[in-house]
Amino acid sequence: MSTQAHPLSAGSPLSRLGWALADAWTVTLRDLNHWVLRPGAVIVGWFFPVMIVLMFGGLFGGAIDAPGGSGYFEFLMPGMFALTMLFGLESTMMAVTTDAAKGVTDRFRSLPMSSSAVVLGRCVADMLNSVVGLAVMIGAGLLLGWRWHGGIGAALAAVGLLLLLRFALLWAGIFIGLAASGPETVTAVQILVWPVGFLSNVFVDPATMSPWLGAIAAWNPLSVTASAVRELFGNPGYGGESWIAQNAALMSVAWPVLITAVFLPLSVRTFRKLKS
Amino acid sequence: MNEPESAITAQGVRKNYGGQAGGAGLNGFDLRVPAGSVCGLLGPNGAGKTTAVRILSTLLDMDAGRASVAGFDVRTQGRRVRERIGLVGQYAAVDEILTGRQNLVMFGRLNHLPVAAARRRADELLERFSLTEAAGRPAGGYSGGMRRRLDLAASLIVSPPVLFVDEPTTGLDPAARQEVWTAVRELVDAGTTVLLTTQYLEEADRLADRICMLGAGRVVAEGSPDELKSAIGGDRVDLVLSGPADVEAARPIAARLAAGEPLVEAPARRIGIPVAERTRALIQVATALNEAGIEPEDIVLRRPTLDEVFLHLTGEGAGEAHGREPGGGARASTATAPAGRVKTGASATAGSDNATEESV
Ligand SMILES: Nc1ncnc2c1ncn2[C@@H]1O[C@H](COP(=O)(O)OP(=O)(O)OP(=O)(O)O)[C@@H](O)[C@H]1O
Ligand SMILES: [Mg+2]
Repeated sequence: MSTQAHPLSAGSPLSRLGWALADAWTVTLRDLNHWVLRPGAVIVGWFFPVMIVLMFGGLFGGAIDAPGGSGYFEFLMPGMFALTMLFGLESTMMAVTTDAAKGVTDRFRSLPMSSSAVVLGRCVADMLNSVVGLAVMIGAGLLLGWRWHGGIGAALAAVGLLLLLRFALLWAGIFIGLAASGPETVTAVQILVWPVGFLSNVFVDPATMSPWLGAIAAWNPLSVTASAVRELFGNPGYGGESWIAQNAALMSVAWPVLITAVFLPLSVRTFRKLKS
Repeated sequence: MNEPESAITAQGVRKNYGGQAGGAGLNGFDLRVPAGSVCGLLGPNGAGKTTAVRILSTLLDMDAGRASVAGFDVRTQGRRVRERIGLVGQYAAVDEILTGRQNLVMFGRLNHLPVAAARRRADELLERFSLTEAAGRPAGGYSGGMRRRLDLAASLIVSPPVLFVDEPTTGLDPAARQEVWTAVRELVDAGTTVLLTTQYLEEADRLADRICMLGAGRVVAEGSPDELKSAIGGDRVDLVLSGPADVEAARPIAARLAAGEPLVEAPARRIGIPVAERTRALIQVATALNEAGIEPEDIVLRRPTLDEVFLHLTGEGAGEAHGREPGGGARASTATAPAGRVKTGASATAGSDNATEESV
């Protein structure tokens, strides 16, 4: 063949790191190309949570007394932001299982690129996607009358906490997607996302639940992030005397760090050691 | 870099997928492919071809045994192995949302070509695999054969020292098949070692220097294409007769002219005659039938099929290779039945091609 193209061999650890980052970026670009070629899928992903907000606002806005007596959306939006981050897990997992099913994962694995590059690329693409999704949600919230009352610094910190949760769940999504035996797993997770979402303080006060259910809901990483974010935005929320209610800010960092610490290495390892 | 003598070696490789019965992928697989040669791995469905390729290309872990590719251990030096191999999997592995060109540019980038070089290479490959027209369309909309060609192109972006190709031409039309063969040949001429799995004897014949027959997870026979074919007595003349009476009348003629034991299938009105000298035997058979006043429906000279070679070889090595699987031979024949139209270039000299294919 005419062009003899020889890959530059990876020499020093530094150039290796350079290549890993370059490869990760190539994989990210692939996803961005997907957005351009199939805009429908991403756009639906961005607006689906908005639809949920409208649904809940319309259905329960009149029936549920928001804490603090303010508008329902003042209360609902921070929780919905957190829920949006949870929904992201599904799209991450879908993307990972589709690649595995189509053999694309195997092709990546047969290339001399670092095992972390593919998962890292997935991570960057999904984080970019989430930033847009979160921006759409914040825009929708503002249109519906939600406001933040703290300074811009606190608001940015809140956004940071939300993205941190997304980052952690992303690794869980990658791992489950890689370890999944087939489409059944994806369906199972898609169903499970709902009880996890509802078993939280996003929609109702955990104190109104039965004690053990309430405890689970209060410790749910989603609730913790929602509480911390409400605080930072200056939106009303459910307080309480429990340790977890008092330490939401701490736990909203600790949970994601813990989840990441477990699933990030697992994901990289699983990618390299896929069984079949 | 000094090239090692054999580019691919495997010793006693075992892989059991576990689970249900028949989950044994490889069962003591040995292989040695000299650098710069083409090895054809033949075998029926489920023989373990894909398993072997996946283990050698570091995608799958083996349970036991040793294997090295381009001088590096596939278990402990996976990355070095991956730097030296190309892999064309059994099923096309391309991004279905991206266009054909985007796919190739992406894989070029992942092979660490600079952007401009990746684009240039993509266009070259699109041209060579007749995909230029479709280059701007999403690969998900390609036909099976087009996707296959794109997949192959993606594996040839850089010329690897060792290339694994798992059934590269299954589902391709003749022109595309030719294209694939040419591409593989060119790589070999440039020094690439190729391990090729296939169901088609013709393909192995064209491309492979040596053939390894795989049955139930291990190599049951090995040799050059000619060696393997002569091992079962060379070519055959197939007769299809118009009635039972003709079959009986032709039986002694077949017995007289056969180089081995003729195979008479009375219900199908078929007689298969192993012959030693190709065209001469065909003329002899035709003349003898003519003299006896028998007018056959079809008379065809052909090479042994993969089925026959395989059945023969597994039949011989059955006690050893299929110790715990007495149905191995039968399985081979049913398994390859859909692909049973294994023909060589010189197959039909008389009669219609189609008839041969149907009757094979
Ligand atoms: N992922 C898997 N899980 C369980 N068993 C498997 C798996 N992959 C292959 N096997 C089993 O291993 C054996 C060998 O399969 P393999 O795919 O290597 O065969 P093959 O020679 O490539 O067949 P084909 O011609 O159909 O492609 C078969 O019995 C198959 O059932
Ligand atoms: Mg196979």
